[in-house]
Amino acid sequence: MWIQSIILALKEIRRNLMRSTLTILGVVIGVAAVITMVTLGNGATAQVTQDIASLGSNLLQIRPGQGRGPGGARSESDPFKESDVEAIRSQIKSLAAVAPVNSSMKQIIYGNQNYITSVTGSTNDYIIAQNWTIDTGRKFTYSEVHGGKSVCIIGSSAKENLFGAEDPIGMTVRLNRISFKIIGVFKSKGQSNFGRDQDDFVLIPVKTFQRRLSGNRDISSIMVSAEDGASTEKIKEQIEELMRERRSGAREKDEDDFSVMDMKELASMLTSTTKALTALLGAIAAVSLLVGGIGIMNIMLVSVTERTREIGIRLAIGALESEVLKQFLLEAVVLSSFGGIIGITLGLTGAGLLSKLLGVPFVISPGIVIIAFIFSAAVGVVFGFVPAKKAAHLDPIDALRHE
Amino acid sequence: MEDTDKKENSCLIEFRGVVKRYGTGQAAMTALKGVDFCIKPGEFVAVMGPSGSGKSTCMNILGCLDTPTDGEYLFEGVNVKSLSRKQQALLRRYYIGFVFQGFNLLNRTSALENVELPLFYRGTPLKQRRAMARKALEAVGLSGWEKHTPGELSGGQQQRVAIARALVTDPEVLLADEPTGNLDTERSIEIMELLTSLNSERNITIVMVTHEKDMAEYAKRTIGFRDGLIDNDIQNGGH
Repeated sequence: MWIQSIILALKEIRRNLMRSTLTILGVVIGVAAVITMVTLGNGATAQVTQDIASLGSNLLQIRPGQGRGPGGARSESDPFKESDVEAIRSQIKSLAAVAPVNSSMKQIIYGNQNYITSVTGSTNDYIIAQNWTIDTGRKFTYSEVHGGKSVCIIGSSAKENLFGAEDPIGMTVRLNRISFKIIGVFKSKGQSNFGRDQDDFVLIPVKTFQRRLSGNRDISSIMVSAEDGASTEKIKEQIEELMRERRSGAREKDEDDFSVMDMKELASMLTSTTKALTALLGAIAAVSLLVGGIGIMNIMLVSVTERTREIGIRLAIGALESEVLKQFLLEAVVLSSFGGIIGITLGLTGAGLLSKLLGVPFVISPGIVIIAFIFSAAVGVVFGFVPAKKAAHLDPIDALRHE
Repeated sequence: MEDTDKKENSCLIEFRGVVKRYGTGQAAMTALKGVDFCIKPGEFVAVMGPSGSGKSTCMNILGCLDTPTDGEYLFEGVNVKSLSRKQQALLRRYYIGFVFQGFNLLNRTSALENVELPLFYRGTPLKQRRAMARKALEAVGLSGWEKHTPGELSGGQQQRVAIARALVTDPEVLLADEPTGNLDTERSIEIMELLTSLNSERNITIVMVTHEKDMAEYAKRTIGFRDGLIDNDIQNGGH
């Protein structure tokens, strides 16, 4: 009897192809939109988390803050000195790495190839703090760092751009008309969020940067990596105290003219931002789900006259109220499920394609798939079923006469 | 001897003071104003009367599609009012075949499937259903039209599909509301001859509404309606 009923339902659906298609369309659009949006949002969140992990989540970044000058005007505060780096290294415990960081965009030349890349001046500690690994070649030696030798380690994209498949170790590139010998290549980290290519950079010793590129002894920021298990909050406090002491000459009672940023804080901030974004996307998609639902409702209500007559005919020739209801319920369930399955397929396919396009990981959240499906199916069933229930309860003659 | 006598004298269908009112207050309209009649098994009754005289209302009540406002409708001695909705549906399913004035066929559904429908609700297996529906369509002269939907059939053909649907279950009572209303004389005669043979061969009780005297003459008995009351009740002689 159930198989017969399902066959009957499928026949009915085919008979009213237009109505069925429109109903399915409502479910499909709603389900697909929600799934696409939320899946993409989840992907973005995962991406951010992953990026921050690749930066090193024990990372603290110390920058000269923008102090406020007279009248609230912003003024650049003093950069750091080598002695600041040494002070942090010697006075604060539980640090895995302390790296001075200078960086600027420079033209890099190899043979007839040239383009603008990011040049960072630092030490081997930078490699530790930023979680870089050497693919081929080696790190800096002590004498290279302290003697300010013209050597460099290049990122995989910089290598790709200048050398292609060639082995760059031992080759010479020119930065600011100065020759640098390549001693190593970093393993690729891939794209960072917002599409920035992290691998497109050149690392040189900080002394070399100061002498040959910037021409001063400034250090524009300091990167500190805490040991595993050490509290970054505590270290942050200690650094703030130390820097306040060291820079008190410049400003006395004023607010700090530097800032210490905890990557963990940044991580949670970014994660909550993308989560909010996901919620927003989800809300927009929910609207389309609702609109889809209203579409279904309209189709069902518009066809109610015709259906009421049909119900009247069925009742008049001896169908029981329960049989008619079972048929209509089954029809609505089959139709909605069909739409739901198409919607899920479309939504996941769309999300898959878009995430590839946007370079975001593809993260399916089964919860939202189920919610979207249940909601649209419920709309289909309720609006397919309630008018039928009303009609089936009429006297057959009233159902037949329904206009 | 007494037993068969009783059976022959007992009514299959009986109306006792049936009243049907539509609407309330000033807009109220009384379609039936207290109708009594008795139809015995095997009768062929024509119901006649001008439009608005209550013929169709009477038919709808006979077919358990509508309920009387007052009075009693007994089917095989059972008061229909005392039956539940479900029991009334089963009464329609197993005892009554109904030919509607407006055909009431399912749209976009083939003639064959329309005729099959009452069998579907009786739980007849598919193959048997198909065969029976084909036979019924053949009986009304529609062989070859099985696959056509009502939209593709003429009024007369739709009428015949409706008749086939009512006949296919071999009902105890066939109620027909103007079964020849949309047919030409030739087809009308065919249909009337079909009804007459059903009545005489299968002993199906037939109640038929018509406004054509020619058609009413096929029946053994004519009940005339006027203003919601029975005007005359004549046994036709020898047809």
